[in-house]
Amino acid sequence: MGNKLEFVPITHGHYHRRTDLAAFEFTYKAEITSIHRLTEYENLYRIQIIDPRERDQFDFLPGQFLMLEIPGIGEAPFSISSSPSRKGDVELCIRRVGSLTDFLAKIERGTQVGLRGPFGTSFPMEKMNGQNILLIAGGLGLAPLRAPIAYVQENRSRFNAVDIIYGTKDPSQLLFTYQYDMWRADDLNLHVTVDHADDTWTGRTGLVTKILEELFAERGDDYFQNTFAIVCGPPVMFKFVCNMLNQKDIPMQKMFVSLERRMHCGMGKCCRCNVGSTYTCLSGPVFDYWTVLNLKEAI
Amino acid sequence: MLFRVIQKDGLKRLFELLVAENTVIGPVEIGTDRHGLPIHGFSEVFDFHDVRLDYKTTKLPAKQYFLPFREDLATFRLSGKDWDKEVDYHSTKQHVFFGLHACDINALNKLDKVLLGGAYPMPYYAAKRQNMFIIGIDCLPQPYCFCRSMGSDTALHGFDMFITDLGGSYFVEILSDTAFNLLKQVESREPVEEDQVSYQQVVADKNKKFTTHVDTTDLTKILDMEFQSEVWKYWGDKCLSCGTCANVCPTCYCYTVHEQVDVDLSRATKTKMLYSCNFIDFAEVAGGHNFRPERHGRLKYRYYHKHRGFVEAYEESLCVGCGRCGESCLAEITVPEVISSVRGGTI
Repeated sequence: MGNKLEFVPITHGHYHRRTDLAAFEFTYKAEITSIHRLTEYENLYRIQIIDPRERDQFDFLPGQFLMLEIPGIGEAPFSISSSPSRKGDVELCIRRVGSLTDFLAKIERGTQVGLRGPFGTSFPMEKMNGQNILLIAGGLGLAPLRAPIAYVQENRSRFNAVDIIYGTKDPSQLLFTYQYDMWRADDLNLHVTVDHADDTWTGRTGLVTKILEELFAERGDDYFQNTFAIVCGPPVMFKFVCNMLNQKDIPMQKMFVSLERRMHCGMGKCCRCNVGSTYTCLSGPVFDYWTVLNLKEAI
Repeated sequence: MLFRVIQKDGLKRLFELLVAENTVIGPVEIGTDRHGLPIHGFSEVFDFHDVRLDYKTTKLPAKQYFLPFREDLATFRLSGKDWDKEVDYHSTKQHVFFGLHACDINALNKLDKVLLGGAYPMPYYAAKRQNMFIIGIDCLPQPYCFCRSMGSDTALHGFDMFITDLGGSYFVEILSDTAFNLLKQVESREPVEEDQVSYQQVVADKNKKFTTHVDTTDLTKILDMEFQSEVWKYWGDKCLSCGTCANVCPTCYCYTVHEQVDVDLSRATKTKMLYSCNFIDFAEVAGGHNFRPERHGRLKYRYYHKHRGFVEAYEESLCVGCGRCGESCLAEITVPEVISSVRGGTI
């Protein structure tokens, strides 16, 4: 008898429960079908999965993210900025901030990229039925909120009052300006503000918290008891906005934030997105504020 | 679990049977330290005389064989705008580990929880893990070992065979049929009462030799309460952020990914490299914001991940108490000292 050992699958792990191991590195081949310049630093990329069958299988929920890969350059997570009803045809709003996004800024339409995902948690849109929705975005924070906004637009009758408060540093940084009229036409109350106005600016100035205070004054207490809030922006914004919302007695479990971290896997393995015990890629990026309060260093 | 007893020369025979047709990894002497004492490490072995079964904890864990420092995740064939991705889980290599200590076996068990469990098992790890045959061996506590405090001084599973030196013979625990069948080819016998007494004596003697202890009672709560403690700053000021602790840790699995294109632009490779949460850019995000810019914040995070976060997720600590991190730390930061100071609120 030979002593070449017969290696059998391990039984003390959980590996055998899932046979689809290839999911870890499964990459949809996709093509950038259009590039729309939004501001000096941000572009909106429309990306279509090439294989029609894969396109049909692909599904995501508002708030989830994708790993976008450019072979040889790198891979990074991006929140999906388009409507979930457009399945294998997603839009990503990407700011030029690093080597991958610099490369993306230079590429042309027709370039083939890889997509992994979708990963992460989503905004619980079903639970928001019949409720008011308050979306608060700062800067690039509007990118992930555009997916729930599109969802609300497509299902407008399911929700009561919908308010969007959006602020940036100056008018040149405003994203998706071409959509504002459409949002207003769909009965979404859009409140746009900038920190610093220029000569062309005729709108509001001040921080989003200022607009929020005005909204508080305008709406009665009943409004806040039946409101879900979704917040996304720079880390400094979360604390102020969420504290204000909490003072208005919006339950913390009805306040949602989308957190961003560096990620290499999206599957809870590389640990780069780990906050204490929580993987932002698995338990997030969408968290309710109660969970966030219990996560040290989360915001 | 089945028990057998084999004679001393039976183990040599077992090794020879294995090495004839398998890749065997075992503890060997890789050098001497400044006091002239041997330094041990894991390496492929071919001769039983090279194997040091009475080895001290190795400087580096056996991690390189299942979580290599550098590993290609995928390769891309590039052709103009088109590309194809190829993934190889490197599943063909089989390894026999001849002489892993209980702490290192427990480290594998903990890694299994995170890398094989959950919604997304990691196929690269799984492929290596299912191609392992593990023979564990008992050990004597070193001055920096606190595995007993972490509940890792004995292994309950995660091995095929575990041997304990009874002096004149070996006491063998068998956990897999592969091991059972292998042992049929070596002369062995049922343990008698005398063997069981000897075994219990060996265990009792070993337990007396632990000199380092860590009080883990309510540690998760204490860590939570002491999050703002000045103690972290003290250790942070000492820490060099060099990442040595993560490098020598048998359970650290965090990684970073790099991609590079070949010179002729025909191929690209996506490579994973083990990383350390002590490195300054670990929690940096695109745009430059760093969630843990200070050394004490990163050192604290490492302790929170191991001793709080993992406990919350898997009801056990991610530390096995092998003491390698403290022994290798250039700044002489040790887990028992840090935890003791956090518990006491003083340095």
